[in-house]
Amino acid sequence: MLGEGILKGLAETARNAVGSFVSKDRLTTVEYPEERLPLPEASRNFPFLVYDGTDWEKGLRCVACQICEKECPPKCIYIDKSKDKKPDAFGRPQIYPAKFDIDISVCMSCQICVEVCPFEAIKMDTQYELSTDDRFGGLLLDRKELAKSNEYYHQIHPTEASEVDAKLAAEKVKADAKAKAAAGAAAAKAAAAAAAPKPAEAAAKPVVLADAPAAKPQGEGD
Amino acid sequence: MNLVFYVLAGLTVLGGLAAVLLKNTVHCALALTVAFAGLALLFLELDAQFAGFAQILVYIGAVAILVVFAILLTRGSETPEDGVFSHTWLAGLAVAAAVFAVLGWAVIQSAPALTHESAAPVVTVNQIGNALLGRYVLPLEIVALLLTAALVGAVIVAMHEKEETK
Amino acid sequence: MVSTLDQIFVLLKHWLVGLLPSVLQPAAGVLLSVVAIVCVFPALFALTVLLERKGLGRMQNRLGPNRVGPFGILQPIADAIKSLTKEDIVPLRADALIHFLAPLVLVVAVFLEFAVVPMGRNMVLVDMDASLLFFFSIGASTELSVFMAGWSSRNKYSLMGAMRAVAQMISYEVPLLMSSVAVVMITGSLSLVKIVEAQNQYTYGLPHWNIFTPWGCAGFVMFAIAATAETNRSPFDLPEGESELVAGYFTEYSGFKFALFFLGEYLGMFSISGLGTALFLGGWSAPFSFLWWVPSWIWFFGKVMLSICVLIWVRGTLPRLRQDQLMNFAWKFVLPMTLLNLVDVALWRFLGEGWLRWVVCSAVMLVAYVAAALTGLRRDHIGPRSYRYAE
Repeated sequence: MLGEGILKGLAETARNAVGSFVSKDRLTTVEYPEERLPLPEASRNFPFLVYDGTDWEKGLRCVACQICEKECPPKCIYIDKSKDKKPDAFGRPQIYPAKFDIDISVCMSCQICVEVCPFEAIKMDTQYELSTDDRFGGLLLDRKELAKSNEYYHQIHPTEASEVDAKLAAEKVKADAKAKAAAGAAAAKAAAAAAAPKPAEAAAKPVVLADAPAAKPQGEGD
Repeated sequence: MNLVFYVLAGLTVLGGLAAVLLKNTVHCALALTVAFAGLALLFLELDAQFAGFAQILVYIGAVAILVVFAILLTRGSETPEDGVFSHTWLAGLAVAAAVFAVLGWAVIQSAPALTHESAAPVVTVNQIGNALLGRYVLPLEIVALLLTAALVGAVIVAMHEKEETK
Repeated sequence: MVSTLDQIFVLLKHWLVGLLPSVLQPAAGVLLSVVAIVCVFPALFALTVLLERKGLGRMQNRLGPNRVGPFGILQPIADAIKSLTKEDIVPLRADALIHFLAPLVLVVAVFLEFAVVPMGRNMVLVDMDASLLFFFSIGASTELSVFMAGWSSRNKYSLMGAMRAVAQMISYEVPLLMSSVAVVMITGSLSLVKIVEAQNQYTYGLPHWNIFTPWGCAGFVMFAIAATAETNRSPFDLPEGESELVAGYFTEYSGFKFALFFLGEYLGMFSISGLGTALFLGGWSAPFSFLWWVPSWIWFFGKVMLSICVLIWVRGTLPRLRQDQLMNFAWKFVLPMTLLNLVDVALWRFLGEGWLRWVVCSAVMLVAYVAAALTGLRRDHIGPRSYRYAE
């Protein structure tokens, strides 16, 4: 009958209008600033720098190798290598980034920096409320703003972070074994060359490496 | 003859002059609308409600709209290069002057007769309706027939064009 | 007490005017009524915009605006402040004078329409003999402002919107007038006050509203369709179809002028709802005789707001028509039906009292409706459009 469809449509909208007051399932709106949906685990936004331990400056995993800076497609990472070396979280002396800036107004969240980092030092953050009233300075994040603890990383991407930790631990075990072997070899060498006074200075390096396990518990707290 | 009359008359005349003299066709059409509105207000000022509102309804609501619609559908509203006046403006002026003279003569001739009459009778819309459908029903129907014929003619013209393009 | 409450605004006006010297009284009385209209309807406009946004939201299972104030009730104020403080941009090539005049002409014309709408017992600004004619003549001149806005903007979207609007308004003005003429034929008067008074009678406690007659019911449906088209409301919102024409004829307007167009559109809705209320829904009269004690203006505004709610409901339901469907619907369905309705009214008028006229008049309209359903508006008639391009 003519006009039947219109009446059906009107009934449908009326049912929706009344239903939205009655049933909670119909109103799917999440009132954002007050309530928010949990982010999916794989969500990502902009990169951050992971540090181990409690002191962000000391614990940064980044060794300023600048691979990410070179790989970044929009060139939004700016790194200055330090002139000196500082002991990292494990006490090994490393070059560290004297400046590590990411311009998140340029960043396109491609995650390539994360993929290429050999030190698991840069990871993707989920933080998206980054609005600022200063569009140049406010969106250029420096070292301090980028540094987030490994605990935080575990919070936002638990599966991925555990895998990374396991991998790092395995590498550490390997490195320790290697260091121990090297130390053993050095000790043997030293013992063999005990008569000779000269190699004593060369032994200083294996000694530092052998010190590493002593600092290990600090980094493996989590 | 009071101030309101002069203001309205001035508005109407200015609108008419602008409709003739302006360069942009759409401006001319809008000025013509002002003239129509002035005329309608003059009718209303004379307490002729029906004539006044019919003037607005027909002339502003239909005629003016049709004029602007025709302008929109035919060509741009820019001034033609060879000026807004056609070459026969002298003849046109002569015809306009003649018409004005005849109308003026008629008005002047009838004016003294009116002054002797008492105040104009109050004519309600009801009376106009009764007169139209009573005493003047034949002219009304003839006009209606004429307009219907014009409408049918317009439809035929439009349909003819459609067949040709097919 | 009851009659005092009914006439409270009239008495208030008389009291206020009485405070002035007698020379000023006529002018002051008119001025006071004008000020009341100019204040009440924009306030109603603010309320309606909020109602519409909330209602449409609910129909789409959304919440609607709820950020400004409790439940978002201050949203209209925020909107008003926003549009008043925005920059007024006039396009470089626009015809500045006409661009400026268009919103003014629209709003003034729409406000004029309220002058003849009876909003309660003795509550009408001008009770003139030809008030219906006045309403339609003023309504016709709003088309001109739409054209002015579209043409002066020098924007193809504006121009197309204006052309659509003007074509649509001309087409639907005819059925609007024709369906109103039916009421005039029964009442024998063009005065809206008399039309409402003629409906303010009761039989067995039920009112004599025009909508409760066969011709009135059909006429009201036609009137509602034409009024929806005349106010450019969905599903007839082609002139400002935002998905096609940005905003149609007021694309190039910003700030206060945009607000004026918005205001004009909603005021047009109010005025045409007021007219429909007066013509078919009994104006300010109560729906049942035992409700006579409720003030008349409550009934009027209640009915108007009810019509507005239905318009919102329809907007939330129906998709937009296509231009050729719009025109076909106007000229091939609505107009013939309104013409037939005139015949129906004549039958009703001359068959005299009794059950016969109910049967005959209902049958005429029903048969026409079924015939239209079976022939005129079959799917293959509405179907895909064949395009003819201009050379």
